[in-house]
Amino acid sequence: MSTTVIEVKNIGKRYNITHMRGGYIALRDVIMGIVKKPFSFLKSKAKQIAGFEAKEDFWALRDVSFSAQTGEVIGIIGRNGAGKSTLLKILSQITPPTEGEIKIVGRVGSLLEVGTGFHPELSGRENVFLNGAILGMTKKEIVKKFDDIVAFAGIEKFLDTPVKYYSSGMYVRLAFSVAAHMEPDILIVDEVLAVGDSEFQKKCLGKMEEVTKKEGRTILFVSHNMTAIKSLCTKTIWLDGGKVKMIGDTEKVIEQYMTDNKVSASTTFAPAKEEKEMSFSKIWITDEKGQNVSQVNHNEDFDIHLEFEAREKINFAEISICLSNTLGVNVTFTSLSEAFDNTFYPFKPGRYTTTTRIRKNFLVPDTYSVRVSAHERNVRDIDLHENAIQFKVVDAGSPLSYYSQANYWASAFSNAQWKIQEDPKK
Amino acid sequence: MESQTLIIRPKKVLSWSDAVELWKYRELLYFFTWRDLKVRYKQTAIGILWAIFQPFITMVVFTFFFGQLAQIPSDGVPYPIFVYVGLLFWQFFSGALTATSGSLTNNQTIVTKIYFPRLILPITSVITQLVDFAVAALILVGMMFFYGFTPHLSGLFILPLLLLIAFMASVGLGLILSAINVKYRDVRYALPFFIQILLFVTPVIYPASILGKYSYIMALNPMTGVIQSARAALLGTTPINWLLVFISLGSTFLIMIVGIVVFKKVERYFADII
Repeated sequence: MSTTVIEVKNIGKRYNITHMRGGYIALRDVIMGIVKKPFSFLKSKAKQIAGFEAKEDFWALRDVSFSAQTGEVIGIIGRNGAGKSTLLKILSQITPPTEGEIKIVGRVGSLLEVGTGFHPELSGRENVFLNGAILGMTKKEIVKKFDDIVAFAGIEKFLDTPVKYYSSGMYVRLAFSVAAHMEPDILIVDEVLAVGDSEFQKKCLGKMEEVTKKEGRTILFVSHNMTAIKSLCTKTIWLDGGKVKMIGDTEKVIEQYMTDNKVSASTTFAPAKEEKEMSFSKIWITDEKGQNVSQVNHNEDFDIHLEFEAREKINFAEISICLSNTLGVNVTFTSLSEAFDNTFYPFKPGRYTTTTRIRKNFLVPDTYSVRVSAHERNVRDIDLHENAIQFKVVDAGSPLSYYSQANYWASAFSNAQWKIQEDPKK
Repeated sequence: MESQTLIIRPKKVLSWSDAVELWKYRELLYFFTWRDLKVRYKQTAIGILWAIFQPFITMVVFTFFFGQLAQIPSDGVPYPIFVYVGLLFWQFFSGALTATSGSLTNNQTIVTKIYFPRLILPITSVITQLVDFAVAALILVGMMFFYGFTPHLSGLFILPLLLLIAFMASVGLGLILSAINVKYRDVRYALPFFIQILLFVTPVIYPASILGKYSYIMALNPMTGVIQSARAALLGTTPINWLLVFISLGSTFLIMIVGIVVFKKVERYFADII
C-alpha cells in the first residue's frame, strides 16, 4: 500500500541579496547609517513599507511541486546553485519557504551533514548520544541501538577517547553510523555520501537500500554521484535555476541531464555563497595548439585547465577531475597528487592553475561532463562543481566510427595491441 | 508509531503548538545542557570549583572595598553574607545573559543543518547557569551557619518563586539578546558594558533600602525584587515587601513575552542569516 507522504505544492524561496552578501551586519553600521543619512534611511524605510523598494532579491526556488509515496527513493540532481540544498532545507524545516505549502505525513529525519553537533572534546560514546538526540532519536532508542552503531562504525576500542583524537576516517564512520541508525518515516539526505572511504560508502548505501525495501521508508536523496542515484532511486527530480526541469524515471532524467548542458570552451564559476577556504574560479579546455576549444578530436591530446584560489593555509587538499559520459558513467578520475609534486603542500594562500593533459586515443567520441573538486580524501569536499564544463570528443576516424552510438560500445579506448598470424597447418 | 502530519507554510504564527513542540524535544534540552556542562568542566583545570571561586573571590573583594573602606550600609547584617546573597543571584543573571546571547551563534553549524525548536538553545544556557547557581549556593549555606542565620519559614517558600523570577527574566532577556546577536554580531561587544551598568542599578553591593521612594521604579528591574526579597527571607534584613515581588514578577512576564515574540519573529530567518 503506498500513500502520499510528501506533497510539495508550488514552493518558492526568495533570498534577499543583502542576506547573501556576507552574513551578518554590524549594529554599528546600521546606527551610523541612520545618523549619517537620516533622510535616505527614512526614504528606504518608507519605500519598504509601501512596497516600492527596488528589490534586490532572487528566487532560489520557484514553483516547485512534486509528491512522494511511501517506499519511494527520490533522487534530486542539478548543477550547483540549482536549489537542491535549499529544497532540502525547506523540507527539513531549517528555513521556511517564502510561498507555497508542503504536507508531510510521518516523522522526518534529515541528514544534511554527517556528525552535526559532534563535539571534539567529548568521547565517541558521548557523541553518539548527543548526535543521536540532535538527529531526533530518543534516549531509549539510542541505548537500544548503541552496540549496533558502534559495531557498524568499527570503533569499539576508541569509544572513550575524545573524538578530537580520532582520525578523520574514524570520525566520519562514527558520524555516519549514528545517522544510518535513524528510523524516521522519511529520510532527507544531502550529498553526505561523498565523504568516507568507498567501502564504507557502499556499506551505507546498502543499509539505506535495505531500510527502504524492508520497511517502506521514503528517502529524498541529493547527490552528484549519478551512479549512486541510479542504483538507489526510482524517481528523479532535476532542478535547474530553482525550477523543476524534469521529473520522472531515473534513467530518463539522468540521460537528459547529461546531454542537456551545452558544451562551452570555458566556464567562470560564480563566487560561493559562503567564503570557502579554497574555491575554483575558472575552468577551460585547450587543444594541442593551445587554443580554447569546446570540442577535440579523439586522436589529439588536450588540456583541462583549472584556476583556483586558496584563502587560508590548507595542509592537504586534493584537486581532482572526473569525466563522465552521456550515460552518466564516470569514465575516468584523475587528481593532482598524480603529479607527485609535494612542493605545493601545504597550500599557501594564493591563486593556482593546474593543467591536466588528457591523452589522445583514450576517450571515445561522446559529450563529456567534467566534475571538479577540491577535497580532503575521504573526509570532506572543500569545493565541488558537478558538470563544471562540458566538451565534445569528435570522431576523426576512430575504429568506433563504424558504429552508430559510440558510448554504447565502450567508454574508453584501450590502446590495446592486436596481432594476428596464420597458424601453421598441422 | 502514530503518524503525524506536518504542514510547512511560509509564515509560522506564535501558537500553542510551540509549547507542545518544546515539550516533545525535552530530551534534546537535556542533552544540550549535559553537553554544555560536560564540555565546560572538561576544559577547565579546576572544573566545577569555578562556580564557587567566582562569587567567593568577588565577595571577598567587594567586602574589602565596599564594606570596609567605603562603609556601604548592609541593613545591619555582616557585609560578606549580605553581598554574597546579592552576588549569588546576580552572577546567575549576568552569566545567563552572556551565555544566552551567544547560544545561537555558537551553535551555528547545528542551527543551519538540523531542525529543532530554536528556543531550546537559550533555555539550555540558562539551565546550565542554574547548576553553577546551585553549587555556589552551598557556600551561602556555609556562611549562614558561620554567621548564625536561620532563614524564616516564609523564606523557604519564597525562594523558589524568586529563583523562578530570576530564571524567567534571564530567559526573556536572553531570547531578545540571542535573536539580535544573530543579526548584529556586535551585540557581543556591547553586552559586557550593558551588564556592568546593570550591576550598579541593581542592589547587589548596596541595600535596596537606600533607594527610598525610587524603590518601586527600580523594582521594574526584576533582579531588584529578587535580591531584596532573598535578603529579607534569608537574613531577615527587612520584612518581605510583597508589592516589590509582584512588580518584579509583572515586569518579568512582560520581558518574557517580548522576548518570545522577538525571538519567534526572527527565528524563521536564523538559518538564512546566521
